[in-house]
Amino acid sequence: MESPSNKILDEVTQGDYKYGFVTDIETEFAPIGLSEDTVRYISQKKNEPEFMLQFRLKAYRHWLTMSQPHWAHLNIEPIKFQDIIFYAAPKKKQELSSLDEVDPELLATFNKLGISLDEQKKLAGVAGVAVDAVIDSVSVKTTFSETLSKHGIIFCSFSEAVQNHPDLVKQYMGSVVPYTDNYFAALNSAVFSDGSFCFIPKGVRCPMELSTYFRINAANTGQFERTLIVAEEGAYVSYMEGCTAPQRDENQLHAAIVEIVAMKDAEVKYSTVQNWYPGDKNGLGGIYNFVTKRGICKGNNSKISWTQVETGSSITWKYPSCILLGDHSVGEFYSVAVTNNHQQADTGTKMMHLGKNTRSTIISKGISAGKSNNSYRGLVRISKNAVNSRNYSQCDSLLLGAKCGAHTWPYIQVDNKSSIVEHEATTSKISEDQLFYCQQRGISAESAIGLIVNGYAKEVLKQLPMEFAVEAQKLLSISLEGSVG
Amino acid sequence: MLLQIKNLHASINGKEILRGVNLEVNKGEVHAIMGPNGTGKSTLASVIAGREVFDVTAGEIRYNGKDLQKLSIEDRAREGIFLGFQYPVEIPGVSITNFMRTAVNEIRKFKGLDPLPGGEFLRLMEEKKRLVEITSNLTNRSVNEGFSGGEKKKNEIFQMAMLEPMLAILDETDSGLDIDALRIVANGVNKLRRPDNAFVVITHYQRLLDYIIPDFVHVLFEGKIVKSGGKELALELEEKGYDWIKKEQG
Repeated sequence: MESPSNKILDEVTQGDYKYGFVTDIETEFAPIGLSEDTVRYISQKKNEPEFMLQFRLKAYRHWLTMSQPHWAHLNIEPIKFQDIIFYAAPKKKQELSSLDEVDPELLATFNKLGISLDEQKKLAGVAGVAVDAVIDSVSVKTTFSETLSKHGIIFCSFSEAVQNHPDLVKQYMGSVVPYTDNYFAALNSAVFSDGSFCFIPKGVRCPMELSTYFRINAANTGQFERTLIVAEEGAYVSYMEGCTAPQRDENQLHAAIVEIVAMKDAEVKYSTVQNWYPGDKNGLGGIYNFVTKRGICKGNNSKISWTQVETGSSITWKYPSCILLGDHSVGEFYSVAVTNNHQQADTGTKMMHLGKNTRSTIISKGISAGKSNNSYRGLVRISKNAVNSRNYSQCDSLLLGAKCGAHTWPYIQVDNKSSIVEHEATTSKISEDQLFYCQQRGISAESAIGLIVNGYAKEVLKQLPMEFAVEAQKLLSISLEGSVG
Repeated sequence: MLLQIKNLHASINGKEILRGVNLEVNKGEVHAIMGPNGTGKSTLASVIAGREVFDVTAGEIRYNGKDLQKLSIEDRAREGIFLGFQYPVEIPGVSITNFMRTAVNEIRKFKGLDPLPGGEFLRLMEEKKRLVEITSNLTNRSVNEGFSGGEKKKNEIFQMAMLEPMLAILDETDSGLDIDALRIVANGVNKLRRPDNAFVVITHYQRLLDYIIPDFVHVLFEGKIVKSGGKELALELEEKGYDWIKKEQG
């Protein structure tokens, strides 16, 4: 028997995706499919130094020896790599030196997404947000680079970094996620097109939030971006990443790599609001999101904190992780993952404790609605030498409706006797009582669900920078609402 | 007339609970509904509020001239019906401030008004908190989470003060309260009484009616109102017990 609350849930969880527009921009494509020629084409297009081409080719050759992993709790249609375009770039007419020269269509796109680059620029000098925007494969415009360079901070597209700071790229690229790491990391290393590069020199506290906005626009195109963040001794940076894509009937592949290096006493806070197109109500289309994110706390007392709000993609495969190498280093993972309709998410983290007195915290909040499946997969590993280490994990699942699934796979391995690992898990449902209570106060069922879900996710949302928290709160409600769009 | 219930029948999962309730409430009145456990008092409150697990099988409820059966739960609330819950629900992570702000603004939207600016909303909260004598930190906490029984009921009265309903139904608000909390709850109700609103107070015991003086007292028994009278009826019930009603209905 279907209860009235289930009916309400069914209605309000059939939301529409509001970022599903396509921008008409002249685009330059690589030939379809993947071969060594494709890899060479991309490297040549980007006018890369020889070491980059060699890195790509090694990665490509290694990828050929690998096969797609199937251990995740995901049902993935075979990916036809020869039908994908691996490089697409908005055609540039000339080098851009100011925002005024950016294609107005592009600017309109970012305005639609709610990030006005114009406004960002006006905010300069105040504690604003520096934005790097990546459309399809190419970084379009980085704001605030000049302001940041006064502090010695490098914040630019990955391509620019390859041209202007090849030594740094050479030193750190692949040092946290080697191209041999996994199937999608090898693929990314071979064909990655752009991304963001960020370097905070010794002792500098980055004066503003850094942000990258990723947008897939062209059809049949994969997006493979790469982000590298290096915080030298005593440096601090808070970095935000947002992503959207148009509504298309076919699945599009997104395979990214994020690497973070934190030296002694450094702190990096990385926040993501992932809202790739999730597919339609029947599970048609949507982004395949296979991402390798890893940070290394290299120096003593360093800290890396991942916060993610995952509402998009038809498939999410993502485990932002921390290698806690330095003594007293700290790793954190805060996650809210929402799945609706036919979405599938297999996400979590790995905390590798290698240094002494290292600490990690994992707070994961899964929300499943519709016919979706939401899995937490996490590994906490405390090595023999990581004496006196601590981990606290909390994995909660919230179910909306009767046809969705929530799963938790926590792996724990402790190889010394002085460390302490705690794991807590709960599963709950939005009750009819809660809905009735809210509605009796004049709150619509949709708003009530938004309110309850945001309350449930509060512990994670409060970790987000202000600019992002508001957006994330709205997004959580929208992902589960019916009529907003 | 504010509320007019005619021959109301309602059931849950096929089991009939209300078996022909008749009740009329005018503006400015306070009605008390008493009766033994399991006679349908809470069901009556839930049906007026529109709870969907109950099926209305016959009869009608008119409110301000409107057929209530045609209105959703939230529209009934927006039209001025408030239910003080016997067992208020916990909503983890949602502060009372946020909860009330959402409620106040959705009701304003329904009435074609703009959202209340933040400052004005906070002033309104302060005013109402004083009215119902609650301390400021309660409203920063998550709705009912970890509240004592008394705090939960005070929170219900506070919400009622915030939303200024036309018709407030208090479902056993006195249950589980110590005498101080009972006084605060009753004072809150008395301060909110106006010539243009009405209260229906559901209670098991006469005790609450020492503090909230009703204009009418009704006895609900086996799904029907079997006896109505003035406030003296409550005293008579206290003295003779519900067995008296049971025998009479024999």
